[in-house]
Amino acid sequence: MATDLSLDESNLPVPAPNLWQAVRPSSLGRGLLVGAVLAWFAILILVPSLALARQVFLGGLKPFLQAVARPEVQRAFGMSLGITALATVVNTVFGIGLALVLTRQRFWGRALVDGVVDLPFAISPIVAGLMLVVLYGPEGWLGRWLEPHGVRVVYAIPGMILATMFVTVPFVVRELVPVLRELGEEYEQAAHTLGAGRWRTFWRVTLPSIRWGVAYGVTLTVARSLGEFGAVLVVSGNVIGHTQTATLYIQEGVESFHTEGAYAASLVLAAISFILLVGMDFIRKHLEGGRENRP
Amino acid sequence: MAAHAVTTHNRRFDLALRWTTLFYLGVMVVLPMVTLSVQAARPGFQPFWRALVDPYAWHALKLTFFTALVMVVINAVTGTATAWVLVRYNVPGRSLVNALIDLPFAVPTVVTGLMLVVLYGPTSVIGTVLGRFGWGVIYHQPGIVLALLFVSYPFVIRSVQPVLMELDRAEEEAAATLGAGAWTTFRRVTFPALWPSILTGSGLSFSRALGEFGSVVMVAGNHPLLTKTAPLHIYGEIESGNRHAALVVSAVLLASSLLILLGLNALQRRGGVNHGD
Repeated sequence: MATDLSLDESNLPVPAPNLWQAVRPSSLGRGLLVGAVLAWFAILILVPSLALARQVFLGGLKPFLQAVARPEVQRAFGMSLGITALATVVNTVFGIGLALVLTRQRFWGRALVDGVVDLPFAISPIVAGLMLVVLYGPEGWLGRWLEPHGVRVVYAIPGMILATMFVTVPFVVRELVPVLRELGEEYEQAAHTLGAGRWRTFWRVTLPSIRWGVAYGVTLTVARSLGEFGAVLVVSGNVIGHTQTATLYIQEGVESFHTEGAYAASLVLAAISFILLVGMDFIRKHLEGGRENRP
Repeated sequence: MAAHAVTTHNRRFDLALRWTTLFYLGVMVVLPMVTLSVQAARPGFQPFWRALVDPYAWHALKLTFFTALVMVVINAVTGTATAWVLVRYNVPGRSLVNALIDLPFAVPTVVTGLMLVVLYGPTSVIGTVLGRFGWGVIYHQPGIVLALLFVSYPFVIRSVQPVLMELDRAEEEAAATLGAGAWTTFRRVTFPALWPSILTGSGLSFSRALGEFGSVVMVAGNHPLLTKTAPLHIYGEIESGNRHAALVVSAVLLASSLLILLGLNALQRRGGVNHGD
């Protein structure tokens, strides 16, 4: 490997102009590349987002507010927020725990566990939903045992929560494993030497150092939970007006040509995801800043 | 003595934490996967094969792989170019674009689908103009590719970006000094260092595209043998109570995604590819 010679650019002798000419691609080619990349970004990502906003506000602000104020829209958003809150809390606690286990403990099969964590990323939401139906449905391995006890999972709210939890399992773990690895164990060991127990060490030493990583993972989990559709659709049975999240409401609105509510709800969800994205950018700056300032 | 008590206590705590988290992972992730695989395989090979080569299932799978492949080829090129521009050129508004790259990860897939319908749908301005030439986007196969391009836009960029940032530019400069043009330098010097990360990003986006449902269900309509991808087909079979047929196609999707994941893992272990973040 070449040695890293990253010097401060201002201290470097100015290279001969003809060398720079050779190093840099022609400014025409460069301009074309930048233009093409930005145009592609705009056409693919920005224009569709703006098209949705334009569609919603075509008739002015009032119809939008009326659509958002509808009881079924409010109910659907309430359901989405509740499920998101539950899934996020459970997966954050679990994610911190598993990330600690993966980085601070040595045991047989650790690499396998590390791979298993990523599986929900690789599984289609529809397949995830089907898995839960097969497992917790009336004839399922667990469902057969749960239903006689009056616990209904599939085609009910617990199933929707489970589906959301399934698809968001990896986020917090994936964010924290590299952060914890980089942090190292010295501080925790020092706390241990000073007589602090695991619990105290976690709250006083580990958590303050990884808080931005946790925040990033939580933001990703919230974004994904709010937007989850396929898995929740399969396990909900989509009974109209009964168990509906915001995304299910949107799909049903489009299917039944009640599009005003669907457009309005979509715009609200898009706005929330935009806010989450801004939050992610803010957190990422802190994460990177922390990396540089660490002793 | 106090230190000893703390050590014993800590060991117990570690074990409790390990078994709790592994139990959660087992119940949440491993058990549903095993159940699905067992249920798909239970009736035996013959019924599995028959459900797989059923014309509707087979077409859905072919369409899924075909659209995902078209998307990956486009994304590999545009994603590498985008990462290049973001890392190498000081374009005004670069940090804004960089922050917005992840938008497709944050926007719900159903909303993505709806956005594309609003923009390219048959009643939209663009849709009407295209329709005059006989081109359909929404409710046709190009719409599926478009939706996949949107949802998987960040993968290649986010995978190539960190590698490009850490790349030693001295080699490129040396190549240029020796008289190589920009393109030759990229092909002979930069690309060999970048390809594992391009492949990683492409693999992740391909795996994502195989399972994409929310956006595709919005833009694809519901035409069997034309725009029904595998996840749509699975959903249709669940709805019509055809569980085994749904399980078989699911098992194929699951196996494909797992193979991709394993391949990427092997690639990473071999080359020490710098992953996403």
